[in-house]
Amino acid sequence: MNVTVSQPDCLSGESVISDLSAALLHPVSIHVGSTPTEEMNGAGNLMDFLDEPFPDVGTYEDFHTIDWLREKSRDTDRHRKITSKSKESIWELIKSLLDAWSGWVVMLLIGLLSGTLAGVIDLAVDWMTDLKEGVCLSAFWYSHEQCCWTSNETTFDDRDKCPQWQKWAELMTGHAEGGGAYVLNYFLYVLWALLFSFLAVSLVRVFAPYACGSGIPEIKTILSGFIIRGYLGKWTLLIKTVTLVLAVSSGLSLGKEGPLVHVACCCGNLFCSLFSKYSKNEGKRREVLSAAAAAGVSVAFGAPIGGVLFSLEEVSYYFPLKTLWRSFFAALVAAFTLRSINPFGNSRLVLFYVEYHTPWYMAELVPFILLGVFGGLWGTLFIRANIAWCRRRKTTQLGKYPVLEVIAVTGITAVLAYPNPYTRRSTSELISELFNDCGALESSQLCDYINNPNMSRPVDDIPDRPAGPGVYNALWQLALALVFKIVITIFTFGMKIPSGLFIPSMMAYHHHDWIIFKNWCRPGADCVTPGLYAMVGAAACLGGVTRMTVSLVVIMFELTGGLEYIVPLMAAAVTSKWVADAFGKEGIYESHIQLNGYPYLDVRDEFTHRTLATDVMRPRRNDPTLAVLTQDSTTVEDVETLIKDTDYNGFPVVVSRESERLIGFVQRRDLTLAIKNARQKQDGVVSSSVVYFTEDAPQLPASNPQPLKLRRILNLSPFTVTDHTPMETVVDIFRKLGLRQCLVTRSGRLLGIITKKDVLRHMAQMMNQDPESIMFN
Amino acid sequence: MSSGRGGSWTFAGAVVVALLLLDFVDFAQTKNFEDVRCKCICPPYRNISGHIYNRNVSQKDCNCLHVVEPMPVPGHDVEAYCLLCECKYEERSSNTIKVTIIIYLSVVGALLLYMLFLLLVDPLIRKHDPYTQPLHNEEDSEEMRPPVDPQARGNTVLERVEGAQQRWKKQVQEQRKTVFDRHKMLS
Repeated sequence: MNVTVSQPDCLSGESVISDLSAALLHPVSIHVGSTPTEEMNGAGNLMDFLDEPFPDVGTYEDFHTIDWLREKSRDTDRHRKITSKSKESIWELIKSLLDAWSGWVVMLLIGLLSGTLAGVIDLAVDWMTDLKEGVCLSAFWYSHEQCCWTSNETTFDDRDKCPQWQKWAELMTGHAEGGGAYVLNYFLYVLWALLFSFLAVSLVRVFAPYACGSGIPEIKTILSGFIIRGYLGKWTLLIKTVTLVLAVSSGLSLGKEGPLVHVACCCGNLFCSLFSKYSKNEGKRREVLSAAAAAGVSVAFGAPIGGVLFSLEEVSYYFPLKTLWRSFFAALVAAFTLRSINPFGNSRLVLFYVEYHTPWYMAELVPFILLGVFGGLWGTLFIRANIAWCRRRKTTQLGKYPVLEVIAVTGITAVLAYPNPYTRRSTSELISELFNDCGALESSQLCDYINNPNMSRPVDDIPDRPAGPGVYNALWQLALALVFKIVITIFTFGMKIPSGLFIPSMMAYHHHDWIIFKNWCRPGADCVTPGLYAMVGAAACLGGVTRMTVSLVVIMFELTGGLEYIVPLMAAAVTSKWVADAFGKEGIYESHIQLNGYPYLDVRDEFTHRTLATDVMRPRRNDPTLAVLTQDSTTVEDVETLIKDTDYNGFPVVVSRESERLIGFVQRRDLTLAIKNARQKQDGVVSSSVVYFTEDAPQLPASNPQPLKLRRILNLSPFTVTDHTPMETVVDIFRKLGLRQCLVTRSGRLLGIITKKDVLRHMAQMMNQDPESIMFN
Repeated sequence: MSSGRGGSWTFAGAVVVALLLLDFVDFAQTKNFEDVRCKCICPPYRNISGHIYNRNVSQKDCNCLHVVEPMPVPGHDVEAYCLLCECKYEERSSNTIKVTIIIYLSVVGALLLYMLFLLLVDPLIRKHDPYTQPLHNEEDSEEMRPPVDPQARGNTVLERVEGAQQRWKKQVQEQRKTVFDRHKMLS
């Protein structure tokens, strides 16, 4: 590698950074050997993955923020190098083409793997949910519906029964009906639920503790530039997939959509490590992760476009146009793969595809807006209650017994869910039933309208029929189910198993409106379609909890196929967001980010206070003075002492302690590694060697030991602001450029430093929150 | 991330192979005769009770006239009766379901066995080996750097696997501390 820096005092960070990567990779060959960046030559290198990798210069430590500018300039350099080399030979040209295509190849692989995993999860959940109630004797891998697929039962009343499927009580004792059989079924249902959730939490605890929870708050933080090693690893992927099935099948009130986003991002991370373009550059990796998140939502909901918009609106931090195209492609491939696996046997991607087309009337906008208001209120209530419970779990004794907590909540859920036939089966099935209009094919109690046997019209004209006793029965059962679901979801979300919250949110709400609007039908009058209200209510509820707007509406109409209902959905979503925002600006994911103290600088927050940079910078009045390095008078020993005594992430370099004029900024990790390298490899470097950052060595008497040149790791263009810069501008700079720290100067002299943590603390203080809750660096 | 590109290639290769296998199973098989059906549901009509009719017919034959046999109403009423019936064509892939469930169960079984091994058998083995550090949960274990034993970097595959497993265990322990004990992440 022969990239040289010819200008003496280059002011652009770019060439310094290229020098950094070139110079430090080339002469010191310690890490080039162990990280197999070149072609593998046989079994020797194949086993290298078992060795511990040597940390590269320019990588980041765990729980630190990346430097977006540095990553961007490294990528530009790499690209420039490849382009310039591609003119040399055909082989280089092919390599440059492969490099350009590697992004699309990664997207293809991500789509394939996410689609497959989602199909596996869907099929396994289907089977295991029914396993709690009974088993198929002819082929144990069939769920209830699949088992009775070829049944010859032809009577209307017995359509759900078939001889191959037997409930547990029938299998064990031979009796199908009766009190004893009911009790035995009940008992076995609870037992299976407990077994599944116990297995889930044990697997999470033993193999991959990062696999618990929803994953979306942490992924939002990672995409904004935070490093959490292992969060998107292979074991986390495996365990999250396996335990998600177990957790959903155990009947707990949680969904699989959030965890599927995490699974898709793990796939993204996995395939990133195949290409050095993405594995060595944290900024590019995050582009891939944004697209992977879109693929995750695409397979979770069967909504490819909704997935792309979800990634744009909720999850990603920087979303350039290139990422939009890549996300589109990944979502497309994922949806296609899922469809080819065909988990639901009807060539649809999601369980609740509804096909009614009854029009809605202008006057119905009022109830839709009302639904939005209720949805917003419910969302606020849920967020406050859930955060209070999670805070209690975090700070008190409750947090010490995660396994017991999971088992207890599962036990309560199962015991309360079994008697009510609406909560006994899986949430997705129930939603599909509530969304659907009643045709002749429906066997549920909700459709128990009194049919006039003499009528000759098709049965779709529900409005004019009086409700049979089954409907009233269903109504009070649904009311109970609503209350139960609301309460139990508050305790379920945040437990130490994978848990999502889209489905429970949808559930809880549309019970409610189904009940309210059921009784508005008068004979002969135009009537409401209960399924539509259920759908709009579900959207309002989800919007109130997550504060999504555009992506929510797109997901809902892709889920249900109801293109006529876009306007009601939009009205409800907007209203619920307004109402919910009136009580608190954060959705559920931002609230969890705040609860955990992640260093997430939200792009939506507006900073309107009139503080200045001097008010926020460190050192404050009573703090020790700023730890700096001088450009040519610090010794190696001094530097090592400084590193040992302090825990700052970087040090400014000044001309001298008297003049304090700023030269540049050096990172702690780079300093440590460079000094370690120098001690091992260069001759004559001892503790009293002088460290210099200038181009030419300082004039020293010959008796002094060899000085150590560290100009290569110095960033000559750190961002600086003056002390009178308003904090509004500073916050804007941090957000838009993704900075980690910013130096404060006055007439060229260094005064202090502002880090991202200081900015977050200041914002928290201004909003009267606890500034000490910002935990990470 | 700690395994480097070699490990990722192996893992990704295995994953892609499994994936293609699953898709191949789906595509390459001819449709099982029992995997398609046309389901017609006819509600009660006059004095005839409701019935469901299932038949394995193709999609273009999926209508009331081909499926409902024997027709319960006389000839002039057939049209009125058929208007009430709703017919739906459905297909599924039973092989995909079978393969998926069996793969899933074997993965869960393997994980379960490995978990039991780690919790029960491994501590007994480790107790006899004085050179490897036992896994313990004290607070100071994270401060100690693992001693770089030159013998630990042996060249046999077994020793390298041992080393990798030890590192993985330490990672998981660290994660467990962060999430479960200190509640620093994931509430």
